[in-house]
Amino acid sequence: MIITYIVIIIAAALLAGVWVSWRAGRIDRLHTRVDMARVALDATLLRRSSAALELATSGLLDPATSLLLASAIHGTRTRDGDRPRDLAESDLTRALRAAFSQPDFRASLSGKEGADELLTEVEETAHQVFLARKFYNDMVAATRDARNRRLARVLHLSGKAPAPEFFEMDDSLIADKAGAPLA
Amino acid sequence: MKIGIVCPYSWDVPGGVQQHIRDLAEALIDAGHEVSVISPADDDTPLPPYVVGAGRAVPVPYNGSVARLSFGFLSVSRVRRWIREGGFDVLHVHEPEIPSLSLLACWVATGPIVATVHTAIPRSRILLVTYPVVRTGMEKINGRIAVSEAARTTLVEHIGGDAVVIPNGVATRHYRKAEPLPGWPGPGGAIGFLGRLDEPRKGLHVLLKAFEILGPQRPGLRLLVAGRAADAEEVLYRVPADLRDRVVMLGQVSEEDKIRVLHSVDVFCSPNTGGESFGIVTAEAMAAGVPIVASDIEAFRQVLQGGEAGELFATGDPADLARAAGRLLDDPARRASLSAAALAAVAQYDWSIVARDVLLVYETVMLGRTGVAVAQDVPS
Repeated sequence: MIITYIVIIIAAALLAGVWVSWRAGRIDRLHTRVDMARVALDATLLRRSSAALELATSGLLDPATSLLLASAIHGTRTRDGDRPRDLAESDLTRALRAAFSQPDFRASLSGKEGADELLTEVEETAHQVFLARKFYNDMVAATRDARNRRLARVLHLSGKAPAPEFFEMDDSLIADKAGAPLA
Repeated sequence: MKIGIVCPYSWDVPGGVQQHIRDLAEALIDAGHEVSVISPADDDTPLPPYVVGAGRAVPVPYNGSVARLSFGFLSVSRVRRWIREGGFDVLHVHEPEIPSLSLLACWVATGPIVATVHTAIPRSRILLVTYPVVRTGMEKINGRIAVSEAARTTLVEHIGGDAVVIPNGVATRHYRKAEPLPGWPGPGGAIGFLGRLDEPRKGLHVLLKAFEILGPQRPGLRLLVAGRAADAEEVLYRVPADLRDRVVMLGQVSEEDKIRVLHSVDVFCSPNTGGESFGIVTAEAMAAGVPIVASDIEAFRQVLQGGEAGELFATGDPADLARAAGRLLDDPARRASLSAAALAAVAQYDWSIVARDVLLVYETVMLGRTGVAVAQDVPS
């Protein structure tokens, strides 16, 4: 009888151990996936910046629009001043939106060498930022949720890894979907 | 002379650059010249006859804040048409490093171009050096004017090139006459202040401390304070409770009311502790003919002619301010003579005089040239 109890207790302990290590492993894997999503997000932001830079220096746009874009791109590349990353990237979105939402913007550039490809590239990379950010924030939400479970909190299953932060920014190039009204 | 002036900021938003352009244009028109100003403006904004609207300005992030600017191909075609139809002898652009109409005008025009720099932004350098499309426009500028030594220094250090300094003028005739605010200055006398309330360099704290000395001595004396503050309540709270109802805060006032404030007080106080390059508010008070007590900083010493056109007190010293202001309040004859001296002294800062200096710059860049036209190499 006693032996049966011991076996059950040992089995339960083993099961609990397996369970805890599985949960810890899951949190660990989630953190890795957040990191990967973050790398992907950074890459899309960088691609969008360089596409916008190419447009700004292409000579296709008037100098005022070029300078506006250039100034916003400059803000995303350098951390001078105290403008945080998300605000700087949102500034670039707004500058791009101001340029792209002019009436007949595309039509005004049609027929110019390389214009169509460049505009398409900027729009596509901007859309990729939207996608990558969505995926990243999804992953952050799942990870934060897993970390917040009682078992994970009581047993410190996430170790010293800091909780991942959501990345919020204005990332829509379409005027009426704008995250923050500017006017 | 036919002069085309380009304003980069919305005409319907109050601002220093817009006011500068308005006063300059009016002074040039008074001097017999033909002036056209192109500026962003909402379609339903009433514009003076010499202003041409270039369409609505769009709010965009620039340099860490949101600015209302005009850019894009539609603005380009409006500026081009204005230049083509204007037949100007000289083009005068303001703030050409701002991505707005002035930069576009430089880009589409050829011929004599003068640029006025109001505030030079250090960051522009990288941008101007890097972007050929921007540089092309900037390189067409034949002569630069800076409105202050500080603006010139920033330009020289950060953007390169040089500029002649021609300070802002004062539209003295706008200030000469105005109806005092109802009930002011009142029998007990009044002291006035204009400027940001919570900017320490504007020195309101010095004046409030001086009022703690003056107030108890002179039961009817009041203080009239106009200007913006993040927290006006907090500023008022610094005044001892028994004097608080004698300090009247108007908040930010319109251009018109500003002139009325100047006519509502017996003594105007400029207690700045530094950071002024010219002291435009002090000069405006002089143009209104109100006797002035000002701190003894370089800018005020100059504009008040070493104390002949206004009383100077030791900078940042409330006791000395109280003494100087008290003396003026007690001596109507001295006030009258200071007022007359101030009116005479400020005449040299009048826009009519400043416009003459600007005209000299126009004439210099026009030498040997045939007038402003639309550049051929710009794609239409």
